[in-house]
Amino acid sequence: MSNPITSARGNLGRTAAAHVILIAYTILALYPVFLILINSVKQRRAIFNDPLALPTAETFDPIGFQTVLEQGNFLLYFQNSMIVTVVSLFFVLLFGAMAAFALAEYRFRGNLLMGLYLALGIMIPIRLGTVAILEIMVAAGLVNTLTSLVLVYTAQGLPLAVFILQEFMRQVSDDLKNAARIDGLSEYRIFFTIALPLVRPAMATVAVFTMIPIWNDLWFPLILAPGEATKTLTLGSQIFLGQYVTDWNAVLAALSLAIFPVVVLYLIFSRQLIRGITKGAVK
Amino acid sequence: MSDRARKRPFRWHIVVFLAPAVLIYTAIMIIPLFGTLNLSLFTRAEDGSRIFVGLQNFQTLFGDRRWSDAFWNATGNNLWFFIIHMLVQNPIGIALAAILSTPKLRFAAFYRTAIFIPAILSFVIVGFVWKLILSPLWGVAPTFMDALGLGNWFAPWLGLEESALTTLALISVWQFVGIPMMLIYAALLSIPDEVLEAAEMDGITGASQFWKIKLPLILPTIGIISILTFVGNFNAFDLIYVTQGALAGPNFTTDILGSYLFRTFFGFQLQLGDPHMGATVATVMFAIILVGVSIYLFGVQTRLRRYQF
Repeated sequence: MSNPITSARGNLGRTAAAHVILIAYTILALYPVFLILINSVKQRRAIFNDPLALPTAETFDPIGFQTVLEQGNFLLYFQNSMIVTVVSLFFVLLFGAMAAFALAEYRFRGNLLMGLYLALGIMIPIRLGTVAILEIMVAAGLVNTLTSLVLVYTAQGLPLAVFILQEFMRQVSDDLKNAARIDGLSEYRIFFTIALPLVRPAMATVAVFTMIPIWNDLWFPLILAPGEATKTLTLGSQIFLGQYVTDWNAVLAALSLAIFPVVVLYLIFSRQLIRGITKGAVK
Repeated sequence: MSDRARKRPFRWHIVVFLAPAVLIYTAIMIIPLFGTLNLSLFTRAEDGSRIFVGLQNFQTLFGDRRWSDAFWNATGNNLWFFIIHMLVQNPIGIALAAILSTPKLRFAAFYRTAIFIPAILSFVIVGFVWKLILSPLWGVAPTFMDALGLGNWFAPWLGLEESALTTLALISVWQFVGIPMMLIYAALLSIPDEVLEAAEMDGITGASQFWKIKLPLILPTIGIISILTFVGNFNAFDLIYVTQGALAGPNFTTDILGSYLFRTFFGFQLQLGDPHMGATVATVMFAIILVGVSIYLFGVQTRLRRYQF
């Protein structure tokens, strides 16, 4: 009915303008990253003489990556970041989904209050508790352990996870759950076999939003786990960059190595992420 | 109802479902938060024991010029940092989202994904990438500006007192513009087609459709974005620390509350770290964020009209 042909024709110019603006902004967003990646495999001379040129067979030189792999413990840092991120993510998703299920599914006294209490953490950054968190970790002997980071990040991720998943848990069909109850399934089985699989798309969204700040955090690794054995990739590259500031090959290679894993992870999850955002969280 | 409730056995599963989240959240987030507020009321005695001093730390922070000058400097800088985000990041984000939501736009998914990429990178990467690009040593930025005929305008912005903070704020804007874009985009998509069709019937199309129909409908989302920006900015730290170090140079012109808290807590160069003054700064930051969030919740959000479709 709507959208007559005339308006479609009139839109042609607007569509072209839209593409021009979006392409321009995409270049602005990606070019700096691209610049780092291409220069990371060039000779030092080429980096300075012609920074905007692509590496050629003549200017190609992986010396930066060699330095990084020899001098820095990047493999260890990467492993630490992986462990911390994956374990925290697991706990945030599991515990967050459990709490969200309880809040969405059952009526009990204090339900609303509990929901508000857990939502408080969305607005108040956990960093403000750092002084006392460090004291607790010192007392518990957890300084310079990955456990301390996992604990902090789990607490940090839970409020948003509960908040988002609660909305989605409400949408799980009551008939389905009641049918399962009549069949004699326990509440735990209902959660794990019915509710959890049905909110999987929402879990992906929560996963991305939880994962990015954990992977990228500098504050807590710097304060709670600055030891060589527990450095995360973000902290490790920060220190490496500081020390090798004059070795441009090494700096550019280290940056490229740090950029690569996040971008790959993001591209894998991005379709799920956008579907999740557009389907609920905001509405 | 109450009769039935009384007969019902205690539902342990509710406790089991809630316990892990509530325990971890309370132990690692809520208790330390209040512990920090509490620590700000004490100080360390010479023998290392803790003594209660009431509000004396706050008196020092606001009354002693050595503390208060740095504090107000950081607060002012932080405010400027926030203003730039509100004036640059959010309008650009909204504009990009509006353009992206053009019906039947091809490659929309590609643009969305690409523009969001900087937001997933760490501050360490972003800070250093821009430090290299803006470095007069490398010459990428001057080359570019020469090509645009603006060669004379180049300056080592990150190193100059007048421009360092604004440059950092713009770097942060560059990094995070994807977040408002994504949220507004989702809000725009959720506007039902019937509303837009009705507007078209009335002859409201194009830009006037955006201003008169879509913008009022996405105001709640803009409100959420503003408060997220506020909370994010007033506890920012990483970008400053990575590009300018803990001293937030040049000459503290890029010092914001996060970096001030870090220096107070951990100390730097000759000054020793002081957990109690650190806790005091954190408490003031807590108050600032609380005031901002309250203004939003009670002043703005309740007045926004929500539309139900």
